[in-house]
Amino acid sequence: MGNLVTMDDLTNDDIVAVLDDAEKLVPVARGDILLPLLQGKVLANMFFENSTRTRMSFETAMKRLGGSVLNFSSVGTSVSKGETLYDTMQMIDGYADIAAIRHPRQGAAQYSADAVGIPILNAGDGAGNHPTQTMLDLFTIRQAHGTLDGLNVVLVGDLRYGRTVHSLSHALVRFGASLTLVSPASLKMPEEIVSDLKAHGADVTETESLDNQISEADVIYMTRIQKERFPDEEEYAKVAGIYRIEASSLVGAKKGMIIMHPLPRVNEIAPSVDSTEFAKYFQQAFNGVPTRMALLCRSLDVEVPKKVK
Amino acid sequence: MSEMRRVTAIRNGTVIDHIPSGNAMQVIRILRINTDRATPVSLVMNVPSDKLGRKDVLKIEDRELDQEDLDRLALISPAASIAIIRNHAVAEKMNVELADDLLNIAKCSFSNCITKNHREPLPQRMKVVSREPLEIRCYYCGRGQEINELIENII
Repeated sequence: MGNLVTMDDLTNDDIVAVLDDAEKLVPVARGDILLPLLQGKVLANMFFENSTRTRMSFETAMKRLGGSVLNFSSVGTSVSKGETLYDTMQMIDGYADIAAIRHPRQGAAQYSADAVGIPILNAGDGAGNHPTQTMLDLFTIRQAHGTLDGLNVVLVGDLRYGRTVHSLSHALVRFGASLTLVSPASLKMPEEIVSDLKAHGADVTETESLDNQISEADVIYMTRIQKERFPDEEEYAKVAGIYRIEASSLVGAKKGMIIMHPLPRVNEIAPSVDSTEFAKYFQQAFNGVPTRMALLCRSLDVEVPKKVK
Repeated sequence: MSEMRRVTAIRNGTVIDHIPSGNAMQVIRILRINTDRATPVSLVMNVPSDKLGRKDVLKIEDRELDQEDLDRLALISPAASIAIIRNHAVAEKMNVELADDLLNIAKCSFSNCITKNHREPLPQRMKVVSREPLEIRCYYCGRGQEINELIENII
């Protein structure tokens, strides 16, 4: 079955195979080569919560492969009339060949996968998992470093609520990464995740300070401190803007180090960084397209040709 | 045997032996034994046991536990032994065994789990991730569940 609900649905070999496919599909993602592998197939984009990059890159990925897309949003549809997720998904089961789902409730993707026969791709469930984001993050890291093995990765910002860093840290330790977790005390990585990571034998360091982390890093993964998670403005103000990277902060950085961000950014990364060799976040956003292409093909059991031309 | 005779033998019903000491009240809750009814329930707590050191014993009259009951019981009393009594004699002996998958036994405790949408029709489902120490997570949202919360959230 081609579901992708959590990163546990993929073995390390699966991950590498998907990244290899994604790499071959880059010229298709750019529109340089026409490759209608998914012609006649329909993707349902089921977004019960806002999304910009994830929804659009799924749509581009499907269309570049010759497929078509149904876009669903919960506003102004039967969901606002009180339809259950179960019933909504039954309908989609009849209309589409595959569905990407984002939902504010945790577990919604697994629930949907059990409710229908078509493959389900989890595009983010509450503060839970976001495995397609993790796959494009891994793609970006491998593209820059040529490997996923044994890297020194620094995760910065809101590690408590940020679902992208939860999925990503799990995946990275499977490839032997050392992790440095940088966050204010109120936004630390949940304890059960840290203990899972350590149980995997990972070298995990937690700190509140980003200083001194830059020079040793192979990857710095910045995240936005999410205003909407704070009970009041004052609490937010205490930690907002606490981590900020500017071009001048990067003087001692290793050659080849990359800075990533799932976006949107607020002020964690100054615009002055954009033009440095380290900035990879816009590349990362583009990488969502070939990665999701490869994942769509995998879930629909469509083989990506050895040579794409 | 004298320890077992602290309460009288029952004619028909179920004897649950080898409950970890102090857990008998939880067993009553988890089995949804209605304490308001006229059915007699005998409870022995903290008696010496070769197997457990100390144990609790429950005797429930006129009720025979079924498989679903045993699945629930396994959550808090995995070493319990069950005897079904008919006409003063042991008619059946059963052991509890914790299943890998717990269907419709307890609701997830996490406020933002998809199963909190009460009209959703799929079952409540937990998976047993580890037995020693006992670790149970919601199958859908993945949150770890404390045993006390599970008992609190029994369906």
